[in-house]
Amino acid sequence: MSSARGSRLSADRIAGGIFVVLALFAPLIFSEYWVATLLTQMLFLGIVAASLIFLSAYGGMVSLAQVSIYGVAGFALGNLTTNGNTKGMNLGWAEAPGIVVALIVALLVAFVFGALANRSYGIYFLMITLVFSVIANLFFGQVTSVSGFGGISGIPIPDFLSRTAHPDRLYFVTLAVALLVYALLRYVARTPFGLTLQGIRDDPVRMSSLGYNVTLHRTLAFAFAGLIAAVGGILFVWWNAQIAPSTIGLNATIDVLVIAVIGGLYRLEGAWLGALVFVLINNYAQDIDLVSERFHTLIGVIFLVIVLVSPNGLIGLWERITAGPRRELPLDITQERGSAEPTPAG
Amino acid sequence: VLLAIVVFPAIWVLFIASGTSFGPAIDDPKDFLITLLNGLTAAALYFVVASGFTLIFGLMRVVNMAHGAFFLLGGYVALRTQRNMVGGDVGLGLSSAQVSLAQWVVPALAGVAVVAGAGLLMQQLFLRWTQGQDLRQALITIAISIILADQMLAHYGGVAQDISWPGTFDKFVNLHVEGIQYTMTRLVILGFGLVIGALLWFWLQKTRSGMVIRAGVDDRDMVSAMGINIQLTFAIAFVIGSALAGFGGVIGGSFASLAPGVDANWLLNSLVVVIIGGMGSLAGAAIGSLLLGLTTNFAAAYLPANYTFYAIIFTFVLLAIVLAVRPLGLYGRPA
Repeated sequence: MSSARGSRLSADRIAGGIFVVLALFAPLIFSEYWVATLLTQMLFLGIVAASLIFLSAYGGMVSLAQVSIYGVAGFALGNLTTNGNTKGMNLGWAEAPGIVVALIVALLVAFVFGALANRSYGIYFLMITLVFSVIANLFFGQVTSVSGFGGISGIPIPDFLSRTAHPDRLYFVTLAVALLVYALLRYVARTPFGLTLQGIRDDPVRMSSLGYNVTLHRTLAFAFAGLIAAVGGILFVWWNAQIAPSTIGLNATIDVLVIAVIGGLYRLEGAWLGALVFVLINNYAQDIDLVSERFHTLIGVIFLVIVLVSPNGLIGLWERITAGPRRELPLDITQERGSAEPTPAG
Repeated sequence: VLLAIVVFPAIWVLFIASGTSFGPAIDDPKDFLITLLNGLTAAALYFVVASGFTLIFGLMRVVNMAHGAFFLLGGYVALRTQRNMVGGDVGLGLSSAQVSLAQWVVPALAGVAVVAGAGLLMQQLFLRWTQGQDLRQALITIAISIILADQMLAHYGGVAQDISWPGTFDKFVNLHVEGIQYTMTRLVILGFGLVIGALLWFWLQKTRSGMVIRAGVDDRDMVSAMGINIQLTFAIAFVIGSALAGFGGVIGGSFASLAPGVDANWLLNSLVVVIIGGMGSLAGAAIGSLLLGLTTNFAAAYLPANYTFYAIIFTFVLLAIVLAVRPLGLYGRPA
């Protein structure tokens, strides 16, 4: 048994290593379009999906609000750093304070969302975070003083990252951030905080009886994941130079969920795997006659097939292929706790 | 604090309301009453749609994320049926004078029937054998809603269209209160909401199949063990729940319009209503609809004119207050 498990672990490491090496040398291997457009997009979408998978895998919280927090960060940065020629407040700040404040704003919003949803479990949590997401979208669509329907355009990117300075720099920065996020999430999962979170995932009532503050841990985990999503949002805004309410709408929310599910909702690596598949389909489906216009039907069908056939996503398939004793982690890790009582008042 | 949250808006609406388009209610009771009626009629429509959502959830623990897509599908089917029935050059849309009562009722039934069928199909094909895995089922319905929304965009286009009310409904009636002339279509919607609420109540409380459903909400396994065909009950509940979404779509498509994105808004409305009211509870759906309908209408009417954009925040605040006090909703019970 142990040798089978060991072989799976090493298979994981080899595959992961190949991916990282490929990513590092991508500008040498692939065309500029691939690197600057597809792979960069894959990396920041992966960061957002990783924040969702972190919550799902270690906290048992499947959140649909990650895209709205990513949007809050993006809109905040847009409002702070643009200067005059677009919608929003046009405060014209420098880049660095803009980023810090945008991240803080997103963190605060995530904290409030988390504090409101912290006593909900399972699909209740899913529904409440979906409502947050749609409300954030409507907010930016309707409140013209911060954005309005058309969104904010011409958001400046730091000079040394701009595509005119060097086509690959934004890619490398995004790659570095993605690796950092991955390492950080893995690290946090092993800290006492992360272990407590996993205990809460498995049995909130027992953890509460043991004296842990269940709602506080869940709120903090949500805020932390929100911060990660916000980092993804900043990278997105640099990549795209604009942000509009439609970019954080229900479609985007579901796209990130699709990425996480395609990759696998219980392992962080799945985030970037799912993002890669999603970006490739997104890009190449345009060329296929039958689906060119109906990209979302194709995504929907793929999503449906994944959920029906391999609820643990591609990572689940990978683990089955690389054999070893199959980890019994069904998709519905929250199922038994769906009925869990909220913690006692007080 | 809670008291202040309730009392302050009341005082604002009644006495101050400075800078709003209507002015305080004591000076202008007519506009206050109209806003109240608008809120009630909106609530009636919310209730029609959300009651279907809560029925399905209460019995089967299925969060039907395709509920908004079903709403839109019902509307579109009715729209096409109506245009085919009336015939002739549609141009920019039909006017109510061209449409008889039957030319609204028959399309409505067609829309309802198609959506009920779609709901049954989805339940039998995908949800029946995944029973009990509620997150997986939610993901399945999300996938279906993506596919449906995209296909509807392909078939019905991205331009907003609306179903025409029959001429019988499309007029003003004098309410003999403060001389208010009120649109009859809104009163018709209110009537639909009340009738559907009464019918659902009668069905769930007074008939045998309703009793089975209520028993199933409380303890599915026990009902099954008593020899009752719970799968049949599930199918019935899914058909009725989907049909309500479809009917909501017909009303919504007549009252406002049908366009891509409307499905997301109605999914949001249903979610907010059942989260406020408590999932699986009919009374909760009624209360939740009332709160949401009144909040959105009063916020839109009584915010100072420059700030009416912020009405959406009040939906969020309403939700936040309820969740802070009762995480399972006003009428929610632990499953």
